[in-house]
Amino acid sequence: MERQPRKLFHFHGGVRLDEHKAESNASPIRPMPLLARYVVPLRQHIGTPARALVCVGDTVLRGQVIGAAEGYVSTAVHAPTSGRVTAIEPRAVPHPSGLYDLAVVIEADGEDRAVDPRPLDWPHMDPSALRNRIREMGLAGLGGAVFPSYIKLNPGAPREGAGAIHTLILNGAECEPWITCDDRLMRERAGEVLQGARIMAHMLGVRRILVGVETNKPEALAALRQAADEVTEIVAVPARYPGGGGKQLTYTLTGVEVPAGGLSTDVGIQVFNVGTAYGLYRAVVQGEPLVSRIVTVTGHVARPGNYEARIGTCIHDLLAAAGGCLEGANGEIVGGPMMGFELMDRDAPVTKAVNCVIVKSPVLFPPKPEALPCFRCGACAQACPVQLQPFEMYWYSRTRDFGKAQAYKLFDCIECGCCSYVCPSHIPLVDFFRFAKSEIWERERENQAADQARARHEFRTFRLEREKQEKAEKFAKAAAAAKAKAAAGDPADPEAAKKKAILDAALARAAKAKEEMAAAGIAPKNVDNLPPRVEKEIAEIETRRARVPHPGQEDPHD
Amino acid sequence: MNGSPFTLLANNSVSAVMLKVMAALIPGIIAHAWFFGPGIWVSLLLCSALGIGLETLALLMRARPLGPALKDGSVLVTAWLLALSLPTLAPWWLYALGMLFAVVVAKHLYGGFGQNPFNPAMVAYAALIVSFPVYMTQWPAPVGVAPHGVGLGEALDLVFAGQGGISPDAYTAATALDTWKTQIRMGKPVADILALPAFGWGGGRAQELVALMYLFGGLLLLANRVITWHIPVAFLSGLALTASLLHAMNPAQHAGPVLHLLSGGAMLGAFFIATDPVSAASTPRGKLIFAGLAGLITVLIRNFGGYPDGVAFAILLMNVAAPFIDAYTQPRVFGHKPGREDRT
Ligand code: SF4
Ligand code: SF4
Repeated sequence: MERQPRKLFHFHGGVRLDEHKAESNASPIRPMPLLARYVVPLRQHIGTPARALVCVGDTVLRGQVIGAAEGYVSTAVHAPTSGRVTAIEPRAVPHPSGLYDLAVVIEADGEDRAVDPRPLDWPHMDPSALRNRIREMGLAGLGGAVFPSYIKLNPGAPREGAGAIHTLILNGAECEPWITCDDRLMRERAGEVLQGARIMAHMLGVRRILVGVETNKPEALAALRQAADEVTEIVAVPARYPGGGGKQLTYTLTGVEVPAGGLSTDVGIQVFNVGTAYGLYRAVVQGEPLVSRIVTVTGHVARPGNYEARIGTCIHDLLAAAGGCLEGANGEIVGGPMMGFELMDRDAPVTKAVNCVIVKSPVLFPPKPEALPCFRCGACAQACPVQLQPFEMYWYSRTRDFGKAQAYKLFDCIECGCCSYVCPSHIPLVDFFRFAKSEIWERERENQAADQARARHEFRTFRLEREKQEKAEKFAKAAAAAKAKAAAGDPADPEAAKKKAILDAALARAAKAKEEMAAAGIAPKNVDNLPPRVEKEIAEIETRRARVPHPGQEDPHD
Repeated sequence: MNGSPFTLLANNSVSAVMLKVMAALIPGIIAHAWFFGPGIWVSLLLCSALGIGLETLALLMRARPLGPALKDGSVLVTAWLLALSLPTLAPWWLYALGMLFAVVVAKHLYGGFGQNPFNPAMVAYAALIVSFPVYMTQWPAPVGVAPHGVGLGEALDLVFAGQGGISPDAYTAATALDTWKTQIRMGKPVADILALPAFGWGGGRAQELVALMYLFGGLLLLANRVITWHIPVAFLSGLALTASLLHAMNPAQHAGPVLHLLSGGAMLGAFFIATDPVSAASTPRGKLIFAGLAGLITVLIRNFGGYPDGVAFAILLMNVAAPFIDAYTQPRVFGHKPGREDRT
């Protein structure tokens, strides 16, 4: 079915990059062999880590929930194969910081027995029940942002001023060089991807699906077109980095700018990665939770390609499956070369966020030349897709004038790396922006803590004052009453008055102790057993927080 | 920190940018040598050598590493721009003083490459024209117009050994802008003035062709994305519009836009000097304002001021305003509403 070609919109800036897609997209997705051990971190998504449901020594089945979603912004974590839990302890995880994080270590029994799949009757299910099941299936954005999918599949409660969601965008742009996992997925499993998109459309109540794929993936475009129905439009978008950024793709396809600090749903659009759509298909139609994903292994390895790896596969196993690193390899990048990060430990496992591992070599990734001063050439500003003035932000970040850096909209920076890429002075601009952002957060945290302490102190002074007054009043009243009684000839009750005074004093002491505890930061537990309304509010606040981009969390693949 | 991105644009460096600028100057330089004799090579070489020497000296005095700063090539661009702005065949110390102003005062006293609020070559030009107005107006006449053509050997003599043998009158002539100014003051009719040998078909004789070659080089810079269109277009438009307006008001007094465009430092200024990113405005709208006003001021100085050309002063004046212009012309950031936003 031929359509009018869609009018596309041109976002500012961006860069053309050497694609390096051919290295890994020539051969079909290869399944990984079953391994002896898997390391499954409990924090694989944005939000609250999952809560471990198993203990050391437990036996588990593939697809069994081993970590339950905790709180609103959270999703479940599953065992990737059958076996025994041998440890629940901090392990290396793929994170730029190189810090360890709590993970469930599973020794495989080699039988790979699974829990019974539970396909869902999605067209007829209650939407909220369906979302809950998806939460239990562990779905999170597989483009790298790993935001729990069930939340994004809720059509209700648009934010103030925003209308209902009318368009679903499926992001298959895959604009970062080297990465081809979405490309292969779309080529090989286009029907399943679009089936997943239809479930998303159904859940969101939208009637229009746009699938954006960069023109450099003709096979994927053809496969998707073959599988598309009349509500689904497959759109070839220009290959210009970061054209696969959620907001950039939305703009390219619709000409609508997602407001700064907002979400695409504010303008009635929801964006999912194609991998997430495929994962949703597997979860809903086949009833299998998210226990594997496709990972591109490329660069300086013997057999670059795409591997279907179970979540928890250690990256050294993944590299081994790809034939091992070649002579002269000097490290790995997790993610793409523009926004990825250096892997600190090959023991770190594949998580839901890991879409690509690139093995570096000095030839493929030459060391960066020494930085020279900025001469305001403006190349960075011309390349910035957000239309920032990176050299101004750089100047103020470097001089630690963070207020000014923020005035130049530092927090609108998506850390896409275009500015660093084009800078003739080779200034690591994005490093400076990450540094400035983290410094500002740190200061805000400190300020908040100081504010809280001050508020607590003021409140305490106020309380003590009030109590003193109340006590004085009470005393005066009691004295007056006693006097009146005495005056009325009633036999006075000095015993009772004394008792009451002792009681009052004890109460005041208890109150004072409580205040002191609070001042010392020992909060009384008043966040337990909240009514659902308050809990929802907290959850909403958490979501809002999760939207604030954190280093390495905001991802162009959305 | 050594984070993403892990790849950088290939063949991209400050020295590559500076080389492109110098390459784009070459058509103009060749035209200059063709029409005005080989003296230009002497001043180019002299200024380059002085530039490297002074840069080294300044870096040593500031205890800065020599390698990166010398390799960036920026001092050569400054040297060439100054050599092209000063009259050729001037005594060597004029170039030396100029380079001293440009490199030591205008650049290193302000913190070196990337920190100078003013274009170094223009600072030097302004300092020299204020201090040595006579030398600064002795431009060689075009070959064929001058009674005496100066060869390379003679040029070296003139620059290094002083002007002993031949009188400057034998090889220099007032430039078109200069001639226009003095003749108008003397009350000569425009038609007679334009018939003088200083004038060609559009601008100064032969100068107009050099200007066109600068224009050509500037287009190369545009094509190579070393500069954006904003500054040259705004500068030349500001200049042409102001000239046209004044000319329309009083044609017996003010030259038309073509003469303004093709004489003096207009083309060199538009493409190579006003575009110096360090000292110019940097936002798209800011560049338009910056360069448009520079063009306007250039004509005002030429037509009403005491100096024959106004490009240098106009650009220096606008250099002062550039930070303010930038602050008030920040582009709308993606996802933000148009209109006033909190300013810095
Ligand atoms: S690209 Fe580099 S040198 Fe040019 S303005 Fe930006 S930061 Fe400065
Ligand atoms: S990293 Fe930030 S400042 Fe640099 S180009 Fe991307 S969005 Fe702009």
